[in-house]
Amino acid sequence: MNLWHFMAQNRMEVLDLTLEHLWLVGISILIAVAVGVPLGILITRHPGLNKPILGLANVIQTIPSLALFGFLLPAPWIGERADRLAILALTLYALLPLIRNTYVGIMGVDRAVIEAGRGMGMTDRQLLLQVELPLALGVIIAGIRVAAVICVGLATIAAAIGAGGLGEYIFRGLAMVNNTVILAGAVPAALLALLADFSLGMVEKRLRRYA
Amino acid sequence: MFDIATPFADFSIKAPPCAFEGPLRESLPSGEHQMDVDAQSDFAVEFRDASYRLGQDGRRQGPTLLHALNLQVRRGETLVLLGRSGSGKTTTLKMINLLVAPTEGKVLIQGRPSTEWDPIKLRRMIGYAIQETGLFPHFTVERNIGLVPAIEGWSKERIRSRVDELLTLVGLEQQVATRYPIELSGGQRQRVGVARALAADPPILLLDEPFGALDAITRAELQREFLGLQRRLKKAIIFVTHDLREALLLGTRIALLEAGRLVATYTPAEFVHSKEPLAAAYVAAFRTGENFAGGGI
Repeated sequence: MNLWHFMAQNRMEVLDLTLEHLWLVGISILIAVAVGVPLGILITRHPGLNKPILGLANVIQTIPSLALFGFLLPAPWIGERADRLAILALTLYALLPLIRNTYVGIMGVDRAVIEAGRGMGMTDRQLLLQVELPLALGVIIAGIRVAAVICVGLATIAAAIGAGGLGEYIFRGLAMVNNTVILAGAVPAALLALLADFSLGMVEKRLRRYA
Repeated sequence: MFDIATPFADFSIKAPPCAFEGPLRESLPSGEHQMDVDAQSDFAVEFRDASYRLGQDGRRQGPTLLHALNLQVRRGETLVLLGRSGSGKTTTLKMINLLVAPTEGKVLIQGRPSTEWDPIKLRRMIGYAIQETGLFPHFTVERNIGLVPAIEGWSKERIRSRVDELLTLVGLEQQVATRYPIELSGGQRQRVGVARALAADPPILLLDEPFGALDAITRAELQREFLGLQRRLKKAIIFVTHDLREALLLGTRIALLEAGRLVATYTPAEFVHSKEPLAAAYVAAFRTGENFAGGGI
């Protein structure tokens, strides 16, 4: 049975797993943006926090994903459900590109532009919301793009702890020694990654017009 | 697009002279206080032994960028700060709108020490234009010019009519209002910069080499227009340049700075005939260029 037949026969399950996969990734990215962007802004304001925060995010990034799922298992509330666990792990991995790109994006805004804004009497808040963030947005979106691609790939491993997603097929195929089943998980996952990369790349290009 | 013979012919448009009075008065505690202030000093800007030293808050003290500066600027005059790079021109300018606070001495703005003002209010009553890089690249010309009015909470219609007025004032066509800075020529960007500084009709105007990055012809054109503006606006203008020709043309007085010290202030006529070595060196360098071209002044 080739891949096409397998997927056609199991189309409802493929669709379910794909949506589950997207859901895991989407929620993780949302949380990572909600946490990472403010942290990135914070370290532009307090340079002393720069090293500890980026360092911590870096360390998290180096933990092997399977091990991270294992570490988080005993956590209260989070450990109770596999999807919570998966979302937390994916969020942690998405943090580094978000914090770093927010920081780099804001620091990269032309100092003369910021000085002009301050000299005209803009408050810190107005400078941040009207000048720094809009001009850094292209770089921040690039961070979301990297995070999304990382998470789509890592989310396949979430199936190892029973969180579902396209990894189900990969692990099932490995157990059955059946390449078709492995590919039924791997190919849609790869397509999702490409799609996320391409669509966020388009958004990024639009936003970088003036920066 | 711009007729040199009639620069700012349209300027008679009711430039709202009162536009600024509101916020300015509000920022003073009371009418009585304002009278005190007026009695105390009739200068728009006054430096009293103002110094600036780097690294003041750290343990080690850094180099002194400005040494005990004394300088006064009245309404209606243009003071040019002339000097080489690193002479402290820009630092002097930034002391006026408190981007830099004096580490010793004080700077009085409308008679009141700059450090006693709310920095946000102070800056909104001081127009500020720097080289073209200061425009917001993600704002249209209209939003750039209307920036201070917008953060001051003017109504949309009022901002729009003010922007129209200013575009005419600086010799730009109405169509550029919807463009982004990147779509403009260097000369147009400088005009937008000046218009933005004038937006809330501030009594004090700071210009940091506003015509810096321009070709000679556009530069001369903008300088000529600036002279017209200056005569009508009656503001205290502080203008930074390293170009003697510009200083002589635009300044009512020239303050010569060197290595963070004020050498002296001159009228343009005094400057040309000054025996002071540095001023003489400026004039000599200037004449060399003229003579070389077969002209001479």
